[in-house]
Amino acid sequence: MKEMTFAQALALGLTECLDRDPRVTLFNSSYGGLTPYRATYGVLREKYADRITETPISELGYCGIAVGAAMTGLRPIVALATAAFSFEAWPQIVNEAAVACYGSGGQVTAPVVFHMLAGIRGAGAVQHSHAPQAMFCNAPGLQVVAPGSPADARGLMRTVALESNNPTVFIDHQRLQGITGQVDENAGSMPLGVADVKRQGGDVTIVAVSIMVPRALEAAEALARQGISAEVVDPRTLVPLDKATILKSVAKTGRVVVCDESQLTCGVASELAAIIAEEGFHSLKAPIRRVGIPNVPIPWHQNEEDFITPTADKIIAAVKTVCTT
Amino acid sequence: MIQTQSYSVEARRKFLEQMLTIRRAEEQVIHFATDHKDLIRGHYHVYIGQEASGIGACAALAPDDYVFTTHRNHGHVIARGGELGPVLAEIIGRTTGYNRGRGGTFHVIAPHLGILQTSGVVGGCMPLAAGAAFSIRKRGTTQVSLVFFGDGVLEEGAFYEAINMASLWQLPVVFVCENNGVARELRKSGQCPTSSLAAKQLTDIPNAFSIPSVIVDGADMLAVASAMADAVSMVRRGAGPVFVETRITRWPGNAGTFPVLIGGDYRLEWALSPGSAPQELQEWLQHSDPVALFIRSLVADRVMTKPDVEAMDAQIHQAVGEAARFALESPAPKAEFALDHIFA
Repeated sequence: MKEMTFAQALALGLTECLDRDPRVTLFNSSYGGLTPYRATYGVLREKYADRITETPISELGYCGIAVGAAMTGLRPIVALATAAFSFEAWPQIVNEAAVACYGSGGQVTAPVVFHMLAGIRGAGAVQHSHAPQAMFCNAPGLQVVAPGSPADARGLMRTVALESNNPTVFIDHQRLQGITGQVDENAGSMPLGVADVKRQGGDVTIVAVSIMVPRALEAAEALARQGISAEVVDPRTLVPLDKATILKSVAKTGRVVVCDESQLTCGVASELAAIIAEEGFHSLKAPIRRVGIPNVPIPWHQNEEDFITPTADKIIAAVKTVCTT
Repeated sequence: MIQTQSYSVEARRKFLEQMLTIRRAEEQVIHFATDHKDLIRGHYHVYIGQEASGIGACAALAPDDYVFTTHRNHGHVIARGGELGPVLAEIIGRTTGYNRGRGGTFHVIAPHLGILQTSGVVGGCMPLAAGAAFSIRKRGTTQVSLVFFGDGVLEEGAFYEAINMASLWQLPVVFVCENNGVARELRKSGQCPTSSLAAKQLTDIPNAFSIPSVIVDGADMLAVASAMADAVSMVRRGAGPVFVETRITRWPGNAGTFPVLIGGDYRLEWALSPGSAPQELQEWLQHSDPVALFIRSLVADRVMTKPDVEAMDAQIHQAVGEAARFALESPAPKAEFALDHIFA
C-alpha cells in the first residue's frame, strides 16, 4: 500500500493501461484540469508521446474518430478536459457509441473511454462547471463510472480501458485531484457495478458519488463526534449500478441521505432516491433526503457558488434532519 | 475519358447484374411498405437511380476494407456483397436480418463485410469512418475506410471536423459524396450544387482542406467504377484522404416524402426506349438512370443482347422473390428481446 493523490493514482492507472495493451491510444492528454496536479499527468507526455494524438478543438470529430477507432481494433481513451465540452460531442457519444452494440444486435462493440472533469471547480461559471453524469446515465449503452478515491480511479480506469468492451464515460472532478488515499499497487482492475462501503456505521446511510465521497467521509467524521454513526456507501459506477449494496446498508440503518454534485432535477441523487423508495421503502424510518445542486446553472462569484455547492456541512444538516424525523 | 474496353465483358455483365439486383430489391422494399400493412411502419429510403455509385465504389474495395453508410444504405450493403435474404429481413426487422432485426431499414449493417455502423443521423458516420482510418493507420495495415453520404452532410459540422482531421493526419479514408441534391438542369446552368449550401461546388470544400477531389457522373457506371478505382488506389498507397462526388439526378419516384413506383416496377423496355415509359420518367431514363444508360451501352456495344438482359433480370426477379419470402417467413423478435444487447 502506498499513499498517493487521486491525480497520481489516475496517472498510474493510465500508464499501466498503455504499458499493458498496445491497442490503448490516447486522444489528448489534458487531465487534471487547471490545477497544479496537471503536472502529475506530465508522465504521459514524457513517456508515451507516440501513443497520444493531440487533436484540433473538435470534440464532435475526435470523439467520433475515437468511436470509429474503437469499433476497428483500438481501445482509445479520450480526454475531453471539461465535462461541458462533451456537449459538443453529444451526437457521437450518445447517438453513435452508445447505440452501436444495441443497434447491431450485440455484434459491434466500441471500447472507448471518455474522460471528463465534471462539476463545480471554482469560477468555472455557467459553461465550465457542468456535471452531466445524469445525462449520460440517461443514454442507455454507456457505462458511467465516477470514482471518489485514488484507488478507485486507478482500478476503474484499468477495467474500462483494458477489459470492458463497452463505451464508458469516466466522470472525474477537478477538486478530487489532490485528495489522498491508500493505493495497493499490486491490485488489478476493479469490477464494475460493485459499490464500496467507504465507512461503516449504524445510524444513517450516506450514499455519495465522486467528489461527494470525500465530503461524505468528512461529514461522517464530524457526525461521529456528535454521536451519529454514519455509513458511507460509494456506488463507484453509476452504470452498472450496485443496488444491492445500497439497499443492504439502508436496510441496516433505515435512514438515508443521497449525495451527488449535480442538479437534483432528474439527477443521480434523485434516481438513487427513487430506487431506495421503490425497493427499500419498508426499511425506511424517515423520508429520504437528497443533497445536490438546485436546478440552476453554476454562477461565477464565490458567494453564489458556495451557496449552491453541496458541501460536507450540507450533508451533516441533511443527516440531522433524517435522524431526528 | 473512361476507356470502357478496360472493363471486360464479364465485369460489365457483373455490374449490370448488381445494378438490377439493387433496383429489384428496392422495388421489393417499396412493395413491403405499400402492399403490406405495418410491415415497414415508418419512413424509409431507397437507392433507385444511385446504383452505379455504390457498385462502382464497392468494386474498388478489398474484402477487409471498412464501409460506412447512411439511412439510404440498402444498395450499399448489397453492392458490398450483402445477401438479399438477410438484407430484406433486416429492412423489415426480422431476427434473420444482419442486425438480428434490431436496426430496420435505417441501420442495415454487415459486420462480416466491414459495414460496422450505419448511421441514420446526417453526418453521423463521417467521424466514425475517419476513426476506422485512424485505426488502420495505427495498426499499420493496408486497409482503407470508405464512407457514403449525401450532399446534405456538407451542411453538418461533423463533416468539417472529420475531413479536417482526416487531412491533417493523412488518414486512409475515401469520402464518397452522392450528390442527389438538385436536378441536372440546375447544375448545367452553373447554380449552387445544392439548394442549401453556400459553396459554388461541393468539391471546393474538401479542396480547401487540402483533400484531392474528383467529380464523376453518377449515372455512368464505368466512369464511376474507374474514378473509384483510382481514388481507392491513391488512398491505399498512402496519399491521404480523397473526396469523390458522384453526381446523381434524383429518381422521380423519390420526389415526395415516400418513394413511389411511377408506372409500377421498372420495365426493361423503358431502358431501351424511354419514350415508352410514363411521361414523368422519360427525361430521367434518357439522361440520368444509370441502369437504362448502362443497358443501352451494353446492347450498343454488343456485350449483351436484349434477351440476355431479360434473362438476367428474370433470374434476379426470382432471387429477390425468394429473398422476400425468406424475410417474410422469418420470425419477428420476441418482445423481451428489447432488453438484450445494451452492452457487450
